[in-house]
Amino acid sequence: MPILVFLEHHGSELQKGSLGVLSKAAQLGGGDVAAVLVGGGVKELASEAGKYGATKVHVADDASLEPPLPQARVDVLAKVVREGGYDTVLFANSVLAADIAAGLAARLEAGLNWDLADIALQDGALVGKRPALQDSVLADVGWKSEPRIALFRSGSFDAAPTGGGEPHVEDVAVELEEHSRGAKVVDQQLEESSGPSIEDADVIVAGGRGLGSPDKFTLAEELARALGGAVGATRAVVDAGWYPYASQIGQTGKTVSPKLYVALGISGAIQHKVGMQSSNVIVAINKDGNAPIFEFSDLGVVGDLHEIVPKLTELLNQRKS
Amino acid sequence: MKIAVCVKHVPEGSSKLDPGSKRLDRSGEGALNHFDANAVEEALRLKGDSDTEVVVVSMGPEKAADSLRKALAMGADRAVLVTDDALAGSDLVATSKVLAKILERENPDLVLFGQQASDADGAVLWAAVAERLRRPVVSQAAELSIAGETVHVKRQTEFGYDVIETALPAVVAVSDAINEPRYPSLKGIMGAKKKPSETVSLGDLGLDAGDVGEAGSKTEVLALGSPPARGDARKIEGDGNAAQAIVDFLAEKRLI
Ligand SMILES: Cc1cc2nc3c(=O)[nH]c(=O)nc-3n(C[C@H](O)[C@H](O)[C@H](O)COP(=O)(O)OP(=O)(O)OC[C@H]3O[C@@H](n4cnc5c(N)ncnc54)[C@H](O)[C@@H]3O)c2cc1C
Ligand SMILES: Nc1ncnc2c1ncn2[C@@H]1O[C@H](COP(=O)(O)O)[C@@H](O)[C@H]1O
Repeated sequence: MPILVFLEHHGSELQKGSLGVLSKAAQLGGGDVAAVLVGGGVKELASEAGKYGATKVHVADDASLEPPLPQARVDVLAKVVREGGYDTVLFANSVLAADIAAGLAARLEAGLNWDLADIALQDGALVGKRPALQDSVLADVGWKSEPRIALFRSGSFDAAPTGGGEPHVEDVAVELEEHSRGAKVVDQQLEESSGPSIEDADVIVAGGRGLGSPDKFTLAEELARALGGAVGATRAVVDAGWYPYASQIGQTGKTVSPKLYVALGISGAIQHKVGMQSSNVIVAINKDGNAPIFEFSDLGVVGDLHEIVPKLTELLNQRKS
Repeated sequence: MKIAVCVKHVPEGSSKLDPGSKRLDRSGEGALNHFDANAVEEALRLKGDSDTEVVVVSMGPEKAADSLRKALAMGADRAVLVTDDALAGSDLVATSKVLAKILERENPDLVLFGQQASDADGAVLWAAVAERLRRPVVSQAAELSIAGETVHVKRQTEFGYDVIETALPAVVAVSDAINEPRYPSLKGIMGAKKKPSETVSLGDLGLDAGDVGEAGSKTEVLALGSPPARGDARKIEGDGNAAQAIVDFLAEKRLI
């Protein structure tokens, strides 16, 4: 069962998520696991992959591959999968990886199972474990043909060194398809987090679009102060410019596990959930009783946050004085 | 210019899986996937008062016509629904095949997608469709503009923001932060009934039943189980005492 794992990197660092998938693949594949690395100046990262179980690393190293865009990577992976005869291709989910996996599925007419939390060999067949419908169901999913493609939910596997040695490195030369050369990255605004980190906070009060407008973040800030905590946000409000990216929690933001997480006007989309579900106690206020957030809250309050939060802050401040 | 917007009709309220077919139970009421309202809005914003045509495209059951009508009521010009019993159970490979066929026929300059289907949470379909159309794709667009023949997108990744440019024709998936979708006006709702709206079958697209639906899918659901339950969740209606109830709860959990 030759397995191929896509390794994502940022700068000169391999991403923990893809190393986690690689170490899982090493367990599954019984020593027969290869990885693929695509970018500009990435060759020296290959030996790191060896430590997590890759015995072979296909490297496509070219300046034209440096921008983190999916379609050129589909060209590389399609070639590697075809020539290497891989029957399984695994990805750790990310903005980039999802677009590569889906493009590859269409290119190879291959099945893609996404949002998997685990994968297992059952009676000789690979079976994916997929939490579905706001995680109210755990489905066993399979593939009807090869190659099988899978995208794993963030944080599914820990990156555990396997004690593997130096991998065999194989260079890949590709000609990019015309449509893969269309998009260009013209600017990158990499955000360095500043200020106190929400990752260390014991209490987080997070605000979503239900706050209604950027100035209403003061409601979250005052409540956070009363609880001695920090303020977090959803991608929807960060992208809208209501709050800084450094406070974003979720798949493309931070992963947090405070003692208390208070969600104000947050719907609880899966991409938000993966960043906060391991909080000890979750309290949610949302006016929509059907909001997914209530599926994983310890205390769910169906109501208008604009009425409830000021009172709550006042009561907490009274208690303290 | 011509803009096509791909929209999905999704079950309303809390969804269930049908234990027999192991598929999503689509028999109840449905609505326009709310993430797709952002894509429709963005198409209308790009159109402004120009003569750009906005076509909304959906693959789904006959009832999906309701969601298309909502998009028409918002202001889209024309609707196309691909519907056929054989389409039920289509996965990514099969769905992308069908949408690519209808989009090839429409041949728009720009194809827009929403951020994700609220029932499937895939957030992947555009990449498969763009691959079949052999067009550049940019996803998670938090900002989108077009100058001449160039599409300009700002999008969030795990590391900050990337600004990406590509020439038309292109495929773009927008994030739900890109705009506030309008509500259809009464005039829009009345007018929607008169707008051109077409139903297309598999045969019209030159596809066979074997290419789509369960037969044309490469993935399958094998079994359904329950995830481990989470503690003793409590839910209260926020009457006048909600704030006090939260304080009591926090005190009980020794968090204050
Ligand atoms: C690839 C990808 C990556 C993503 N990464 C992230 C990520 O890292 N983090 C993240 O958060 N999201 C992420 N998302 C987006 C995610 O899918 C959701 O779109 C987002 O989390 C929604 O944010 P929200 O809950 O603030 O807004 P909405 O979904 O709009 O929810 C607002 C909620 O507020 C409630 N509300 C409105 N008014 C009131 C009121 N007065 N009182 C009480 N409640 C009210 C509404 O009922 C609603 O439930 C990602 C999506 C994709 C596709
Ligand atoms: N059946 C469908 N018909 C038309 N468009 C769809 C369909 N399913 C999904 N889409 C589009 O694809 C986007 C992403 O869907 P998904 O990858 O399934 O989460 C949605 O926001 C829609 O724009």
